Amino acid sequence: MKFLHTAFQNMKHPFEKGGKFEKYNKVLTAIDALETFAFTPEEVTHTGSHIRDGIDLKRTMSVVITAMIPCLLFGMYNAGYQHYRELGELATASFMDMFSIGLLKVLPLVVVSYGVGLGIEFGFAMYKGHSVEEGYLVTGMLIPLIVPVDIPLWMLAVAVAFAVVFGKEVFGGTGMNILNVALTARAFLFFAYPTFMSGDKIWVHEGMTNDAISGATILGDLASMKGGLETLRFSAQEMFIGLIPGSVGETSTLAVLIGAGILLLTGIGSWRIMLSAVLGGASMGLIFNAFGANGLMQFDWWQHMIVGGFAFGVVFMATDPVTAAQTNTGKWIYGFLIGFLAIMIRVFNPAYPEGIMLAILFMNVMAPLIDHYVVEGNIKKRLKRLNVKTA
Amino acid sequence: MSKDIKINKGLNIPLKGEADKVFGNAERSDTFLVKPTDFKNFTPKLLVKEGEEVLAGSPLFYNKEYTDVKVGSPVSGEVVEVIRGAKRKILGIKILADKETRYAEFAAADPSTMSRDAVKQRLLDQCLWPFIKRRPYATVARTTDEPMAIYVSGFDSAPLAADVDFVLHGKDKEFQAGLEVLKQLTDGKVHLNLHRNLSTSDVLKSAKGVQVNWFSGPHPSGNVGIQIHHIKPLNKGEVVFTVAAQDVALIGSAFLTGKYDASRVVAVVGPAANQPKYFRTIQGAALKSFVADAKSNNTRFVSGNVLTGKNVGADGNLGFFDKEVTLLEEGNHAKFFITEGWAGPGLGKFSASRSYFSWLMPSKKYDLDTNTNGEKRALVVTGEYESVFPMDIYPQHLVKAIMIGDIELMENLGIYEVDDEDFALCEYVCTSKTPVQQVVKEGLELIEKECG
Repeated sequence: MKFLHTAFQNMKHPFEKGGKFEKYNKVLTAIDALETFAFTPEEVTHTGSHIRDGIDLKRTMSVVITAMIPCLLFGMYNAGYQHYRELGELATASFMDMFSIGLLKVLPLVVVSYGVGLGIEFGFAMYKGHSVEEGYLVTGMLIPLIVPVDIPLWMLAVAVAFAVVFGKEVFGGTGMNILNVALTARAFLFFAYPTFMSGDKIWVHEGMTNDAISGATILGDLASMKGGLETLRFSAQEMFIGLIPGSVGETSTLAVLIGAGILLLTGIGSWRIMLSAVLGGASMGLIFNAFGANGLMQFDWWQHMIVGGFAFGVVFMATDPVTAAQTNTGKWIYGFLIGFLAIMIRVFNPAYPEGIMLAILFMNVMAPLIDHYVVEGNIKKRLKRLNVKTA
Repeated sequence: MSKDIKINKGLNIPLKGEADKVFGNAERSDTFLVKPTDFKNFTPKLLVKEGEEVLAGSPLFYNKEYTDVKVGSPVSGEVVEVIRGAKRKILGIKILADKETRYAEFAAADPSTMSRDAVKQRLLDQCLWPFIKRRPYATVARTTDEPMAIYVSGFDSAPLAADVDFVLHGKDKEFQAGLEVLKQLTDGKVHLNLHRNLSTSDVLKSAKGVQVNWFSGPHPSGNVGIQIHHIKPLNKGEVVFTVAAQDVALIGSAFLTGKYDASRVVAVVGPAANQPKYFRTIQGAALKSFVADAKSNNTRFVSGNVLTGKNVGADGNLGFFDKEVTLLEEGNHAKFFITEGWAGPGLGKFSASRSYFSWLMPSKKYDLDTNTNGEKRALVVTGEYESVFPMDIYPQHLVKAIMIGDIELMENLGIYEVDDEDFALCEYVCTSKTPVQQVVKEGLELIEKECG
């Protein structure tokens, strides 16, 4: 691979000091980003420990992306599956028919998300003269998975641009943001273009143009339902596997669980947040079950966890370490409240029966406060030790 | 009343190149170097000039702040050079050694019958005081300190560290005498901390008149700071002393014989060491005199252990406190992402996380180099530091408090209880490659300057 390494060096020469394009030296940042993608640099330790762990941010991020691949692939398949299901053509459509619809619809979403997002990241890095950080690699994959399949590409591009600039870069870039960037993009779409983000027409491919296709989400059905749960169109098994309408990658609890397995096994995702969020969601669900005033409240507590974006949000977005609580105790509180609030908002929100996005965004804002009190507790303990001595 | 303390958090880094418990042949070093930079926050004032003759144990320089604290020469000979750096900072005092060491002679003394002042005076006169460190700050003890207790860590849990049991073998008398000296210095207890699995030697176990505490668990359980935290955490305004086990024996021998015998048993270890074993040499000796050739030319010579030692180079000298020399291959080559870099299976990479497949081989030993394995980034991952930091302190919050220079917050978060070596593992595991030890060191310097 020496030739590639030399090629990068040669590419940099004209922009370095004394080179032909010296005044465009900001381009170096971009070349550097590509070079360090291909080669871990020859940098050695200078202070402190002489050896360092094998892990770096690129590895961390690539593990998270790997964990999302089952969701992505299943989402592609499900996009086609829901389309043919609504048309009543499930029996005649082949696996490839279904998957190719999804592929053709979802791949552009991924390309636009990465293209726009990374473009802005590179631009900011070059402008500010710091290296391109890897945070967007995960965000860029998350965003296509949490939007409806038919979202116009230009809307996605606008949302990504908004989220990266106002959700992240204005705070200082990767590691500095307060809100989860992917959810900022989704929240932007949700409030700016509500007709493309909610209702019962948008969740299935061609639902907006073809009257034969309706396809409300299960939660939508439940919210509008006056009677019992008998009329529900999907079985619990379908919900778990994910053959239900919804955003691209969120429907399959099974795929999410595979991702969760990867995150937990590698130790990249916080088990504390995942576990406590499930506990929080279960508690709220049980409370609602006890009342059972309407369809959403009667819906079994465990079924709440396998529909909508609950599982996906808990595994992939609540665990974002930058926006989550940072202390271990804080993580328990943070996760529990996310689960609790997600189900609560889902049931009480009359306009849009889903709550995980708002729950996570709200807890993102609250996370520093939780940490503050946890750390304050530690400080008090230390001061008390001192006071006991002096008293 | 001995305590039993289990350390759960931490990490043993499985490096190749542990020293065999045999002695290699060390030549006698011709030149010796005493480096004032081995002492934290220590401004040296010279007591000798180039060309002057010194004896082993005669003072070379003293501390500008505490003028009684003098650092002695490890051997007799001629001061050939005072090495200076930028702004004429003294970096080292080079001594051309005599063939036979001549000692600055003192009368033999029995510490258990001496008064505290007499013991103190003797420690200062014989240049033994610099071996005693104080907490907070982990600097050389001040002569005005009244320590609440004195802690001796009887084992070293750092990767490839010299085995204290082996090093102290046959030094029962000296070690016990050293403990007697320490007992005179405090109204509190002298704690000797041992490890359930690592400490087997009778020299340590049969120590008398001290409180023996038993630890178990991975590194950093051998760090004296961690031990203090678990035995009795330090509050603001309190002072304790710490002495390394091998130095306790050195102090003891100096009282018993009246001679400052700076000989040391040093382990030469590390993945790049040809034949890792132990050597008998002297403090400040040139590495060349006992370290055999490394496996390659591209080797880093570290005086001290792999987590906290100093890069001294092949021509360097053994540091004042160091008990091992670690040889590592320099990792100064780029690693292609699929084969060796971030996208590879990573079978040769050790990681505290399980993101590389090397975790499937728990008993494997690693040949790690000095590459940072990634670039410096903003802090993203949380919970990493906590998992290797066995104190009731929030390490990442403390590090951030130091970065922003908030002294009150640093105090509140427990900076008086830590030393940079306690953060070595945090630095090792950091995904964002933050120079944590450097940050903590600067924080401690700031606090000492501002708060005394």
